[in-house]
Amino acid sequence: MIALSLALTGACAAYLFWGLGPKWQFVLSLRAGKLAGMLLVGAAVAVATVLFQTVSRNRILTPQIMGFDALYILMQTALVASLGLSGFASLTAPVKFAVEVAIMIAASLALFSTLLGRAGQDVARLILTGVILGVLFRSAAGFLARLLDPNAFAVVQYASFASFARVNTDLLPIAALLTCAAICAALWVAPRLDVLALGRPIAVSLGLAHDRLMLLALSLVAVLVSVATALVGPIAFFGLIVAGLAHEAAGSGRHARLLPMAMLIAGIMLVGGQTLFERALGLQSTLAVVIEFVGGLFFLWLLLRGRIR
Amino acid sequence: MIEVQGVSHQIGKMPILSDITLRLPMGKLTALIGPNGAGKSTLLSLTGRLMPLQAGQIRVDGSDIGTTDTRALAKQMAILSQSNPLGSRLRVRELVSFGRWPHHQGRPGPRDAAEVEQALHDMDLTPLADRFLDALSGGQRQRAFIAMTLAQGAEWLLLDEPLAALDMAHARGVMARLAGLRDAGRSIVVVLHDINHAAVWADHIVAMKAGRIAAEGPPSQVCTAEVLGTIYDMELRVMQVEGKPLVLHHL
Repeated sequence: MIALSLALTGACAAYLFWGLGPKWQFVLSLRAGKLAGMLLVGAAVAVATVLFQTVSRNRILTPQIMGFDALYILMQTALVASLGLSGFASLTAPVKFAVEVAIMIAASLALFSTLLGRAGQDVARLILTGVILGVLFRSAAGFLARLLDPNAFAVVQYASFASFARVNTDLLPIAALLTCAAICAALWVAPRLDVLALGRPIAVSLGLAHDRLMLLALSLVAVLVSVATALVGPIAFFGLIVAGLAHEAAGSGRHARLLPMAMLIAGIMLVGGQTLFERALGLQSTLAVVIEFVGGLFFLWLLLRGRIR
Repeated sequence: MIEVQGVSHQIGKMPILSDITLRLPMGKLTALIGPNGAGKSTLLSLTGRLMPLQAGQIRVDGSDIGTTDTRALAKQMAILSQSNPLGSRLRVRELVSFGRWPHHQGRPGPRDAAEVEQALHDMDLTPLADRFLDALSGGQRQRAFIAMTLAQGAEWLLLDEPLAALDMAHARGVMARLAGLRDAGRSIVVVLHDINHAAVWADHIVAMKAGRIAAEGPPSQVCTAEVLGTIYDMELRVMQVEGKPLVLHHL
């Protein structure tokens, strides 16, 4: 844990100070914004994935595989389509974001709490439903986008195709607030999550308010995925690698250890990777591609090794 | 005492339990027996609040399970269901330690550790305490789950087929241990498939058939050729060995 913290600090320092030019004030403030964005996204995705895997009792699912981020994009598009361009533009960022997060929580609770409640034990059905939901949301968003006029479509594009190289920095304050609140809540219930992971019968027998905690965890997942998707756009497999590595590194299923571990690993991967690609290799915006590629391989490896649970 | 009053349960349109009214005595070892699909596990799950009650009322020592705080209930009764798929990879000792959760809510003290060691010892698990659960056989896993239920230290123990997957020696060991707990003043309800374990160890037998109570009473009354024959729809012989009924159902 200490080693990981040091590594993260090192990566952040390298990202900030490597190759500062003569206009260092400007570069530094630009980089600080992006760094904050990456750290937030890393922490949000890490905690969201670990929570989701605990709730679904499954180690190969991530909220993104189950279509959480597609739901977010759909909502963005639907918002522009229903409010119109001027209505969408007249919302201030915090208000818009707050509304979106509220809708996300409601929608994901409605969808996933019933799904996890009924089909929780049936992994194949869970994955299949998730993939189908993801496709459904994406197609619905695509359909809505085709109905929009070009100007409105450009706004949707801008809102939903952010990347690590182009973090939506104007959302940073509200995103930071929400992420910190959600992560604090997750750490607060960490011991209870350990009991939740034992399965419903045992958790209920041990006197845990199982269903309430599951709803809370799903709401936190919805908040965190909204934040991450708003800042850098959809990323499917990043959380999977992070959660997988965190489980290996933590060596136990205790969430009080697992959650910080996952956040540190996510931060190191994002900041370190971005430093490497931007500074050392001089490439722009390839980090997401590489992460998705490696994450996809990891997903296949988990499937083939049969470590579904 | 557990009082079950007018409990009915349906899954879809299928009636699983029809208007069950039952009193399970305190300080006794009660066995629930009956053919497959009789509703034994459903009744146990309803009592242990693992499923929501559809109709009727269940009270454990006077507290209504529908309205009493679930944390308070966890100190009154512990329930172990038939299959327990785990979401995390745990060592035996970690699993058993979770049994103390209702008492410490995440902050275990020295007394909790002592209770855990005692439960491990009672279930013959001390040599396996540091093994991962997925590296154990079905019977050893089962014992680990029973140990966790014991560690919970509740007045009532509700166990759904605890002997499934256990070999002869450990099955008898578990029943003897449960009888020991009964002698120490605890109340135990256990769903059993092996009728002879029920006949030998139980104080009270409740036989169910097709969602209703078919017979109820001490083993000497329930374990007779006529009663069991009607419940299971088969012919069988019952002998007396050392004053206990022994059911010969294999031939």
